Amino acid sequence: MDFTLKIWRQKDAASRGRFVTYHLEGISPDCSFLEMLDILNDQLVQKGEDPVAFDHDCREGICGACSLYINGRPHGPDDAITTCQLHMRRFRDGDTIVVEPWRAKAFPVIKDLIVDRSAFDKIIQAGGYISVNTGGVPDANTIPIQKEHADIAMDAAACIGCGACVAACKNASAMLFVSAKVSHLSMLPQGKIEAARRVKAMLEEMDRLGFGNCSNTGACEAECPKQISLSHIARLNREYFKAILG
Amino acid sequence: MSVLNAKIPSGPLEQKWSYYRAHQNLVSPANKKKLDVIVVGTGLGGASAAASLGELGFRVKAFCYQDSPRRAHSIAAQGGINAAKNYQNDGDSVYRLFYDTIKGGDYRSREANVYRLAELSGPIIDQCVAQGVPFAREYGGLLENRSFGGALVSRTFYARGQTGQQLLLGAYSAMMRQVHLGTVELYTRHEMLELVVVDGRARGIIARNLVTGAIERFSAHAVVLATGGYGNVFYLSTNAMGSNATAIWRAYKKGALFANPCFTQIHPTCIPVHGEYQSKLTLMSESLRNDGRIWVPRKKEDVEKIRKKLIRARDIPEEDRDYYLERRYPAYGNLVPRDVASRAAKERCDAGFGVNETGLAVFLDLSDSIKRLGKKVIDERYGNLFQIYEKIMDENPWENPMMIYPAVHYTMGGLWVDYELQSTIPGLFVLGEANFSDHGANRLGASALMQGLADGYFILPYTIQNYLADQIKVPRISVQSDEFALAEKQTRERIERLFSVGGKTPSERLHRELGKVMWEYVGMSRTKEGLEKAIQMIRDLRENFWKDVKVTGSNDELNPELEKALRIADFLELGELMARDALHRNESCGGHFREEYQTEEGEAKRNDQDYMYVAAWKFLGDDREPELVKEDLEYEFIEVKARSYK
Amino acid sequence: MSSIFTSSVGKKLMMSLAGLFLIVFLLVHLGINLLLILYNSPETYNRAAHFMQTNILIKIIEIVLFGGFFLHMIYGVIVQIENWLSRPKGYRVANYSQTSFFSRFMIHTAAIIFVFLVIHLLDFYFKAKFGEPKLVTYSDGKEMVDFGSMIIAKFHLPGFVIGYILAILFLGFHLLHGFQSAFQTLGLNHKTYTPVVKALGIIYTLVVVSGFTAIPLVIYFD
Repeated sequence: MDFTLKIWRQKDAASRGRFVTYHLEGISPDCSFLEMLDILNDQLVQKGEDPVAFDHDCREGICGACSLYINGRPHGPDDAITTCQLHMRRFRDGDTIVVEPWRAKAFPVIKDLIVDRSAFDKIIQAGGYISVNTGGVPDANTIPIQKEHADIAMDAAACIGCGACVAACKNASAMLFVSAKVSHLSMLPQGKIEAARRVKAMLEEMDRLGFGNCSNTGACEAECPKQISLSHIARLNREYFKAILG
Repeated sequence: MSVLNAKIPSGPLEQKWSYYRAHQNLVSPANKKKLDVIVVGTGLGGASAAASLGELGFRVKAFCYQDSPRRAHSIAAQGGINAAKNYQNDGDSVYRLFYDTIKGGDYRSREANVYRLAELSGPIIDQCVAQGVPFAREYGGLLENRSFGGALVSRTFYARGQTGQQLLLGAYSAMMRQVHLGTVELYTRHEMLELVVVDGRARGIIARNLVTGAIERFSAHAVVLATGGYGNVFYLSTNAMGSNATAIWRAYKKGALFANPCFTQIHPTCIPVHGEYQSKLTLMSESLRNDGRIWVPRKKEDVEKIRKKLIRARDIPEEDRDYYLERRYPAYGNLVPRDVASRAAKERCDAGFGVNETGLAVFLDLSDSIKRLGKKVIDERYGNLFQIYEKIMDENPWENPMMIYPAVHYTMGGLWVDYELQSTIPGLFVLGEANFSDHGANRLGASALMQGLADGYFILPYTIQNYLADQIKVPRISVQSDEFALAEKQTRERIERLFSVGGKTPSERLHRELGKVMWEYVGMSRTKEGLEKAIQMIRDLRENFWKDVKVTGSNDELNPELEKALRIADFLELGELMARDALHRNESCGGHFREEYQTEEGEAKRNDQDYMYVAAWKFLGDDREPELVKEDLEYEFIEVKARSYK
Repeated sequence: MSSIFTSSVGKKLMMSLAGLFLIVFLLVHLGINLLLILYNSPETYNRAAHFMQTNILIKIIEIVLFGGFFLHMIYGVIVQIENWLSRPKGYRVANYSQTSFFSRFMIHTAAIIFVFLVIHLLDFYFKAKFGEPKLVTYSDGKEMVDFGSMIIAKFHLPGFVIGYILAILFLGFHLLHGFQSAFQTLGLNHKTYTPVVKALGIIYTLVVVSGFTAIPLVIYFD
């Protein structure tokens, strides 16, 4: 398959970026999107040019490192996957593919397609945990947990922190990410104990970092590689109201 | 008599750890905050260690090359974590987990370490539940278990197909809490490039800031490496693209011994290789073997038709299928340990029964279980794996059985550590896959997570105090010493040398070549001739690398090409050590299979007489062969037997 | 507690509460307006309007109503500005995720509705309150503003009718997302009930839009 790629190139955070066009020929449809970029980079390096920088690591859809906004969609034109799981067979021969970095004030570009997502870590630092130290905890089966609740907690906990929700949201809101953690922990008896403190602290940090507000548009849910549902945002809202009223 | 002293506490097996803890030195709360600890790597071992040390009051600096500690490759472990809880009342016990692990490791691991691991498996689950890890539960609200290879009991706890992710996020959250509280300082996008040893003790690291390229010095009273395994030496593996051996290799070159480098685990259930451009192999969790049956056609003509896509798997009648694991190992069947399952797949494929175009694939068939349990149950258990498979292979696994083939997955070898997880360099501790300690020659499924967390939550926080207790009078280490300056200089020179090669070939291509040599000669089965050949080939490749590699850009920027080249340069040295170790070990055990040493039925033939030891290698210089140092393994509490899963 | 006025979720809570209040108000408004076409003379309508103007309880609610409008608008504008600022550099290729379509244009529909509202208030509300509106006296001797005739006169101007109907359509777009969004913001999301809420939102919007557009059309073509 042949492709025309228009890729955002930016030397570093301070530089102005621009789109650069590349042509690639003879790509196998079984090639993953990142492997296609590997092939491009192989060619660029051989020519002595600077290869395209992009984040990636596990290449099996779980680490959340890969990003890329491809032809208008975070993680490209397929549902419930990360970019590393996207295969070239999802495109047509001869397609032009525009590749952009995540765009958000809270995710500044570091180089080319790599953005700084440490804002997510900061939100977790603010309260995305259960405050227990190592040791001194009760036996794991001491507190039974309703299976349905454990399942909802797991649905939310599946978040890989990739930031596609922020990238897709017209407001660059991080609500789906934050709600996934709040929801996960508030569904469990262990997490309920400091639920009020957690939701307030995490939201405050989210607001401080310059993410936008949620307008219930649902782009986050549509683009989430782990299909995390908007219902978690509703739960976050409930937890928040409980926290400030209670 | 062992040259290496593993410092195993005396006394009966089940009292060694409590004896140790009762008699070890501790550091007072007031002194803890005066002591710095560097933790490199933020996977299960690193994150749990950093969190636990921070909670105790030590000042921790945690490093990871990823943009967030949450992305460490522990996250990719799918199936589960073992614990001897005996919640299922099926006869499990600490002793049985200990026994299974020793046997699974083919009697090449240290009894005392493994027993401690089994003892701590229960508290790990308690800890994780308290942190909010959403393990699978029964309708009654209690925890659910599944079974895994190499065990006759159900002791594996899991969180859908994402157990590693959930455990890592638990440890990550605990660590982030300490970052918030100020006890842990986080350095993301930093890669350790050198270990700094001052007066014989590990006192710091040189790390490269991957965003700016700055070469930075960091000091501490002790250094903890939790940097994972070195499976990427094979280029294609289930490891993450960035997983590398640089931290442990640099420590090796600074004097830490490297133990059992040839013990590599080839995982039986991976998605087969499909193209030259391929960068990575994807694992299908071993848990699938719970409900899946592995087979190839019995008749060659069916194989031909399958390969040509004239018929599909389901068209082959039951009597024409060869469920070779069930045939060869009736007791454990599809749940034999990984090394056994991998070799059996290779045997069938070598005999010409492989079921895809490359001839390197077997079927993993869940259709019986789908019939028996219903689609809903199977979907709940493995839905996400089916989805991964379909995305990669473009084939619906609900309709046609999955195709799988073994792939490099885990390295049992690593830096040699004693009972305290301390390497041969005082003050250098090594956790998780980066050390060699607990899995012998083969690791059982769902035990890597167990080890990482046991090391980080419950072992290191104790044992490191035994070391630090006499360090309380040592003031904060300065980074201005000659040793730091020299280490930084050497690091800079290494980087400059890479740029100055000015060759033509991207490092990734050279890495792929190394991988091919490793897979061919140092992979699933090895021979003397092959290994000798491999050593020469790796040397040639290394020579070629330093003549022909092309690294673009400069050091003063985010430069993935430089990162890769630095890692590959180390892999090119490590590969040779692995081959050397495999060559010296004239026996077959666990993941190390030497064709010369097998029974008539093709089973591994161990040589306990001559090789019941840990082979630890000591670096003597770039132009000298490493020295072999042995730690004899003594089995006091377990009867050493031939490993049989029949 | 104060964070409810400043935090992102708090601001959205304010907007959704005010929005739901306005949603209820719209139904009342529609109910009264329908009197115009349900009865032959404007008398019933005028009496209803008179009641709304003079009843003390309604007067209090009126203040709340203006407060609601004000809150909804102010917070809407603040939230929107913050949202724009949160992505200083946009994408070259617009996002085409599967989303609630009208949610993307809330600020745009809101702006149109705001302009309409200003004209609407100047035309009727302020005229009655501060201007010299046309009065009428009914058989029981009560004198009141003859809103009905004013409206009927306006609804005979084709330009006015078209403008009015367009504004109502935009209001409908705004409601299509706003109705269900308010519930989501309040945390009312449920596997079974959320589809019901979404359906109710569509029904409500259809009722409001068809009701408000039917009135000028009926009058114009009468």
